[in-house]
Amino acid sequence: MNFQLTEERQMLQDSLRRFLSDRYSVALHNDTLSSPLGYSATIWQQLAELGMIGALLAPEVGGYGGAGFDISTVFEELGRAGVVEPVLDCAVLCGSLLAGLDGAPTAREQKLLDQLIAGEQQLAFAHGEPSSRYERCWVETRAVAEGDEVVLTGRKSVVINAEAADQLIVSARETGAAGDRDGLSLFLIDPAIAGVRLRGSALMAGGRAAEVDLDGVRLSQSTRLGTAGQAANRIETALARAEVALAAETLGAMETATRLTMDYLTTRQQFGRLIGSFQALQHRVAEMLIEVEQARSAVINAAGHLEDLPHMRDRHIAAARNLVGRTGRRIAEESIQLHGGIAMTAEYELAHIVKRIILAEHRFGDADTQLERFIDLSAA
Amino acid sequence: MDLNYSTEELAFREQVREFLKTQLPKDLSESVRIGRTLSKDDHDRWHRILHGRGWLAPTWPDTYGGCGWNAVQRHIFEEECCRAHAPRVVPFGLTMLAPVLQKFGSDVQRNHFLPKILSGEHWWCQGYSEPGAGSDLASLRTRAVRDGDHYVVNGQKTWTTLGQYANWIFCLVRTDPNAKQQEGISFLLIDMDTPGIEVRPIILLDGTHEVNEVWFTDVHVPAENLVGEENKGWTYAKYLLTHERTNIAGVGFSQAGLEAVKRLARQQMHRGRPLIENPHFAARLAQVEIDLMAMATTNLRIIAAAAEGHAPGIESSMLKVKGTEIRQEINDLARRAAGAYALPFASEAVIGDNSALAPPEGTEAVAAQYFNNRKLSIFGGSNEIQKNIIAKAALGGRA
Repeated sequence: MNFQLTEERQMLQDSLRRFLSDRYSVALHNDTLSSPLGYSATIWQQLAELGMIGALLAPEVGGYGGAGFDISTVFEELGRAGVVEPVLDCAVLCGSLLAGLDGAPTAREQKLLDQLIAGEQQLAFAHGEPSSRYERCWVETRAVAEGDEVVLTGRKSVVINAEAADQLIVSARETGAAGDRDGLSLFLIDPAIAGVRLRGSALMAGGRAAEVDLDGVRLSQSTRLGTAGQAANRIETALARAEVALAAETLGAMETATRLTMDYLTTRQQFGRLIGSFQALQHRVAEMLIEVEQARSAVINAAGHLEDLPHMRDRHIAAARNLVGRTGRRIAEESIQLHGGIAMTAEYELAHIVKRIILAEHRFGDADTQLERFIDLSAA
Repeated sequence: MDLNYSTEELAFREQVREFLKTQLPKDLSESVRIGRTLSKDDHDRWHRILHGRGWLAPTWPDTYGGCGWNAVQRHIFEEECCRAHAPRVVPFGLTMLAPVLQKFGSDVQRNHFLPKILSGEHWWCQGYSEPGAGSDLASLRTRAVRDGDHYVVNGQKTWTTLGQYANWIFCLVRTDPNAKQQEGISFLLIDMDTPGIEVRPIILLDGTHEVNEVWFTDVHVPAENLVGEENKGWTYAKYLLTHERTNIAGVGFSQAGLEAVKRLARQQMHRGRPLIENPHFAARLAQVEIDLMAMATTNLRIIAAAAEGHAPGIESSMLKVKGTEIRQEINDLARRAAGAYALPFASEAVIGDNSALAPPEGTEAVAAQYFNNRKLSIFGGSNEIQKNIIAKAALGGRA
């Protein structure tokens, strides 16, 4: 057994942690949250220069990492600092979709990947729909072939980073019924073309998203990524990688919430004593620390099984996300309660961190959804 | 035992329903239903409508223009108001300050202030909390020094709810710094227009502005604005807190919240079926409903005892803990039901026109409310303090 990070990953973790603790201040953060872009273009460029995006992608497609532990190492640091830049959506989701993993990328895909790694491209994955909830293949958006064109009609909901994206990767159904694995395709589209309408809003935990309406969007057949109707594998793999990233990010945020809470309990006086000297509160901190260790182990399990066969991979991911969902909620709520009123104020660091933790559950499946997945995968 | 309301109580409920059906403005109930932040004008409108009907002050004796209702009637009224999505009546003047003035104020104070509370001319806020005090209220530091016929006040209050709208504030101030903590405190009424007062907003984690800091720099307050005796303010503060803790269980809020979750879960789809049919979601919903049914009865048991003149003791603390846990669990279910639609920032979806975003009906404010209502277990004496009160009463002297 060896639970140490490799030397390369240790260096990645150190440089990222140093960069974020130097540069990612609460003040920068609050400015970013209210900015029209929803993230800092400067920070994005600097993260790319640090090699962070490359670390999330495999050497075969121009990166220098891309394994489960690369992803978890990067995202734990992003979570620890409460980073709102769209690394998950742009780099992990869209990067994984482009990298394909069931064949080498085409020249066009590779060019986009190179630009992505260099921090020169913003992308967004338009996949979720009003009725899909967290079902991975529940796609009602239709793609109808007309000669050498394809016509897309449907609605994509809460598409993160859509407004900033130079290109959208849109899922659509060419055949079959909502929920079928067969019949799904991916299209690379310019959000400025006719028939695409974006309605944007800020997100509670930072960043921006849009409702994307597709009203008879005419595309060339060549905008399709990969084989027609066979995108389910690609989508599921990309989502699996994103779920490992999200679980690790939440773990990092849980550690920050716990640290801030311990700092507070050992400085705040009430009734003439440090509140950390009350045993009732000490026990609650002890439970938080136990939960964080459990979450860490769950993230290690998921990251370590990311390259396994889909069934094994997804079972570990569902387990990790269920556990992180449950323990994350507990850490967030306990951190607020143990702080008292100060935790409720927008300008205190904890407020942002707890929002990241709680709202992470609303991506790709909350704890209940993950429990159902785990039960299904265990029965299969 | 008879779990049914009496004929008179049922008739009263009908009367309240009819009033709400005809007099509660539709735009107000709609705002409350979707969790939109209410404006000062919204609050004022509802205040005037209730005043016009004579139903503004359920807890006041009728000699002062109150309704003279007993605890059961007050409960029925609260329940119906929540069900109809009526705005919550701002409690600071009506249910917190007024009982103190009625019991401890001078005739001059009663005659001057009580009618202005009813008319809405005075909007009161509460100057209790201070930075660093929290649930340890008696450690407050704001100073008031007697100077001829005035007090000169210096210090800072915090968590002042809706203080941005208030024109008067009732304050606990330290008048004898050498006395033991709870003995040197006085209860002072302060006009917010007095020079030296500054109100600074505190923005909460859900983006809302409902609380403030209030700073006092050499604020001159006429000595006749002292309530009762100097240095006896703690007695009045404790009396006020027993009134703050009325309707502490929040049964009506929870019932309305549960209905809202059910509506949402009927609309949200999961694998082509309404979410409410999903067994895990349904189980969570059922659990909290079962807890709420029991708590509603606990609440009624305590209300029935209060209607017969029994002052509630640790029961208030029990209701605070259980009532807030249930409300917070319902808030959690609502955000859970919204799925990815819980992610957009509430202020864009909730304040003003939300047509740009067009989120599904009922999802607009669920995350904001979940975060905002984390306060329920913190304020009004945190749940930890309530548990200390319960344990001390149960074990006191024996452990």
